[in-house]
Amino acid sequence: MAKQYVNTTINGDSHELLCDPTQTLLDVLRDQLDMTGTKEGCGTGDCGACSVTMDGVLVCSCLVMGVEANGKSIDTIEGMADGDDLHPLQQKFIDHIALQCGICTPGLLVASKALLEENPDPTEEEIRYWLAGNLCRCTGYHKVIEAVQDAAREMRGA
Amino acid sequence: MVRVDGPVRPSVIYKDIPFTENVNGEATLTDMRYEAPETLDAAVGLLAEESGVARVFAGGTDVMVQIHLDLIEPDLIVDVKNIAEMREVVEEDGSWRIGAAVTGKELMDNAAFNAAWPGVMDGVRLIGSVQVRGRATVGGNLCNASPAADSVPPMIAADAVASVIGPNGRRDVSMADIVTGPGQTSLEDGEIVVSFRLPKRPANSGDAYLRFTPRSEMDIAVVGCGINLMLDDGGTCTAARVSLGAVAARPLLVDDAANALIGTKVGDDAMEALAAAASAACSPIDDKRGTIEYRTEVAGVLAQRTAVIALERAKS
Repeated sequence: MAKQYVNTTINGDSHELLCDPTQTLLDVLRDQLDMTGTKEGCGTGDCGACSVTMDGVLVCSCLVMGVEANGKSIDTIEGMADGDDLHPLQQKFIDHIALQCGICTPGLLVASKALLEENPDPTEEEIRYWLAGNLCRCTGYHKVIEAVQDAAREMRGA
Repeated sequence: MVRVDGPVRPSVIYKDIPFTENVNGEATLTDMRYEAPETLDAAVGLLAEESGVARVFAGGTDVMVQIHLDLIEPDLIVDVKNIAEMREVVEEDGSWRIGAAVTGKELMDNAAFNAAWPGVMDGVRLIGSVQVRGRATVGGNLCNASPAADSVPPMIAADAVASVIGPNGRRDVSMADIVTGPGQTSLEDGEIVVSFRLPKRPANSGDAYLRFTPRSEMDIAVVGCGINLMLDDGGTCTAARVSLGAVAARPLLVDDAANALIGTKVGDDAMEALAAAASAACSPIDDKRGTIEYRTEVAGVLAQRTAVIALERAKS
C-alpha cells in the first residue's frame, strides 16, 4: 500500500510524514524522525520502554501504528526537559541514582510524569502499580520509587 | 494481551531494513492496507470485499503483538475507532451500552459505570498495564478469545449481550456464546462486535471478579472468576451467574455453581457447594502457570472469595 499522509504534533511541534501502515509509532519516532530517546525493549507491550503519551494517554508506542498518530498529539522523552532545565523527575532520577543501564529510564520518566499529572501525591503502592508496566532489570525499582516520590513532593511544593 | 511463545528476534535487525525482508531473507509485511472508516456499513463493506487476511483493529494490544511476532500477516487492517457507536458509553434507563472500542482507561474514568458494575471493572482494571489499558478494549479482550481474558468472565456473569454486525445484518449474541476456544470465536467472517448491553440491575445486586496470579500486576490468570448475584430484602439469593476463566478452552458459565447460591443466604453450606460446583466445572490444561489439579482446586477457593465480595456489594 502506498504510504499514508500523517499530520501529527510531537512535543508541541507539527510534523508532516508519510507512513507505511506496517510502521509502528515507535518505528516512526526512532527511524524516521531520529528521536531515539524512546527505546524499544520487547516490541510487544510488556516492558514499557517505548512509553509515550498520545493525546495525554500513556501508551506503548510499539503497539500503536504510525498512521494512527494522524491528528494526534504525541509527547515523548525528548519533550520532557525545558531546554537545559531538566524536569524535576529527571533531576530526581539522577539525584537518587534511579537508573543503571538507562534503557528503561525514558519510559519510566514518561510514565511517571503521566502518573503525577493524574495524581500529584501518589502513595508508594500507587506508584508501584502504575509503573508495573515499566520493567527495569537493574535498579530493583526501589530508587525509582524514591525518585518519583521526591519529585512529586517538589512539584507539589511540599 | 497475549504472551505467545514464538520467534522473538532482536529488534535491531529491523532497523534500516524497512518492511521488505528480515535478516533471514524472509519476506515480511509489505502491502498491508490500513483503513479507518467512520461508519459500520463502511467497515462491514471493507471486510466483506477483502479476500485476504483482515483484522478488526481497536486498541491494537493483541493485533500489533501478533504482527510483531509474525503470527499473522494481515492484508487489511480496519481501525474501528472512528465509528461513533463503537466508542460510546451510554446509560439508558439503568441499562448500559458500552462500545466495543472503548478503552479500559476510559471505562476506569467513568465513575457512574464503575458504581454500576464494579465486578466488570475488577476485570477491566486487571488487563495489562496502565499503558495497555490506555488502548486495550473490552471488545478486543473478548474477540482475542483468550480463555484467560480478565474482562470476559465478569461480563458473562453480568449477562452482557454483544451486538454484532456483519454482511448478513445485525444480531445479538450472549457474551457466553462468543468465545469457542483459544483464539476461536463463533463470529462469522466479516462480523464485528459493535457494543455490549448490560442489563438494568435490580436493587440488592452485586458483582465481583477475582483472578489468581503469582504476580499482582502484568500477569495472566491461572484462574479467574466472575460472580453476579441478586438478593431479596431478606438477604436470600434470588438469582446468580458464575463464570470461570482459564480453567477450560473458553470462559465458562457455570449454572451448577449459580444454583448452589440461589435460594440460600450464601452461608457456609452454599459456599461449600459453590466451591464444589466450580471445581467440578473445570477442564483445564497443565502449563507453566498451573497444573490441572492446582487450577481445579483454586477455582473453588476463588469462587468462594469472589462470592464474598459480590455478596458484600449486594448488601451495601
